[in-house]
Amino acid sequence: MLKDITLGQYFPGNTVVHRLDPRTKLIVLVLYIVALFTAKSPVTYGLVFVFLAAAMITAKIKLSAVFRGLKPLFIVIAITAILNLCYSSGNVLVQIWKIRITDTGVKNAVYMILRITFLITGTLLLTYTSSPISLTDGLESLLKPLKKIKVPVHELAMMMSIALRFIPTLIEETDKIMSAQKARGADFETGSIVKRAKALIPILVPLFVSAFRRADELAVAMESRCYHGGEGRTKMYPLKMAARDYIVIALGVVLCAACITLGALGI
Amino acid sequence: MAPIIETRSLTHIYGAGTPFEHVALDNVDFTAERGELIAFIGHTGSGKSTFVQHLNGLLKPASGQVLFEGEDIWSSKEKTRAVRSRVGLVFQYPEYQLFEETVRKDIAYGPKNMGLSAKEIEERVIEAAEFSGVSEDMLDVSPFELSGGQKRRVAIAGVMAMRPSVLILDEPTAGLDPSGRESVLENIDRYHRSTGSTVMIITHDMDTAARIADRLVVFNHSKIAMSGTPAEVFSQDEKLFSMGLAVPSATKVAHELRLRGVDINAAAFTLEQVVEELLRAKEAGKC
Repeated sequence: MLKDITLGQYFPGNTVVHRLDPRTKLIVLVLYIVALFTAKSPVTYGLVFVFLAAAMITAKIKLSAVFRGLKPLFIVIAITAILNLCYSSGNVLVQIWKIRITDTGVKNAVYMILRITFLITGTLLLTYTSSPISLTDGLESLLKPLKKIKVPVHELAMMMSIALRFIPTLIEETDKIMSAQKARGADFETGSIVKRAKALIPILVPLFVSAFRRADELAVAMESRCYHGGEGRTKMYPLKMAARDYIVIALGVVLCAACITLGALGI
Repeated sequence: MAPIIETRSLTHIYGAGTPFEHVALDNVDFTAERGELIAFIGHTGSGKSTFVQHLNGLLKPASGQVLFEGEDIWSSKEKTRAVRSRVGLVFQYPEYQLFEETVRKDIAYGPKNMGLSAKEIEERVIEAAEFSGVSEDMLDVSPFELSGGQKRRVAIAGVMAMRPSVLILDEPTAGLDPSGRESVLENIDRYHRSTGSTVMIITHDMDTAARIADRLVVFNHSKIAMSGTPAEVFSQDEKLFSMGLAVPSATKVAHELRLRGVDINAAAFTLEQVVEELLRAKEAGKC
């Protein structure tokens, strides 16, 4: 049930994609998104798709896992597609009452579906193949220049890794509390919206109590190990770029450049 | 009469279809008769907690059946819901599920969900509070102001208030101090004797299991490895050790003495029995 949520969940593995430096993956994801948003034709969409498919195959991520990650967004995708379908100018193909479906509308809808699906799949690929800790490490390292203008990069990264670290814990906890209240006859599935919202109180109160307790314990544990922020801290596993990282970044740059050039040429 | 709870080749798989797939229960057959007090023992991750969550329909088996009074609990939605109030389950660290403003309201949550009248609910709250050792003056304070042991008792009362015919407790004494442990166990024992209901306890503490259970069921690697009276199970200490389990302290002493040539019956497992055996051996002049 709740445990089936896979958004932002790490699938351990030992493929090339898993071993890439998190910074590489973040940079390539940005390049990939830029390429995706400049893509306007079947050729450029094809390029983006080939890149994504290659990454998925090397990472050995099953289609079913991606599908599960996309599932919560089906409605958003459907609504965007319908809006694009009905509110575009161009040659009218079908007209029902006041709604005109045009050829550009169909094209825009298809592109929009592809764009959102590719965008989310690409992001999922990043979180499926990188552990949350390595991601925040990568992010911290990439944002380091911002320290010059007094942005607390290390603290932000630490907050993010703590938040990520506690998502599974809190999901598990919610699951446990839900089971415990169900065992006492709680019913979350039937009744009016008001009744169902009220039924959540027995879950939310214990959940908040335990989240605060955990936060408190964690703070004490960190302080007793002399944690005092980023100043002078070294890493147990320092990030290191390898040859494969440069190759992958080069591929990302090529993809991005190709999409922009082809777009400018109108292909 | 059909046994109160029965499972037939019950199998449960966690995370089916993901890289984390894990068979938590593997073809488990189990029968509980009315009025029994059963202790489940087993290593962490041996499947006992998963097993008890099947008995009141919180988890759905991947295959196999769970029968309550001879009827499949998954035969209809109403049946599953009805079974939840007949088979009371107290989770590990149940104090983390308290949420109401007062202890009284929290204990009343279960009976209220059963749709009972205000008068009936009040009666049950008083009764359950008494069974689980929650004193009258505690009823109107916030559960969050209580000590750990008191919270635990309130949470147990919350399930007892539903008057389940089967009461299952997952490690009810974990994390309590010795006096808290003692009082929780006494209350469970008293509940069992005065209501005649079936009680099942998951425990890691062999002394607890030895003292209160009529029957021990040992889980190992997602299966039931042993089942029998405490005397039967604890006499096979080698087998228990091989599963990474221990025996009660008194049984251990008896075992060591036996290895050193003292004539002690292998069926003696509680402190009283071992003392008796020792005195008998002394009479006979064998030690």
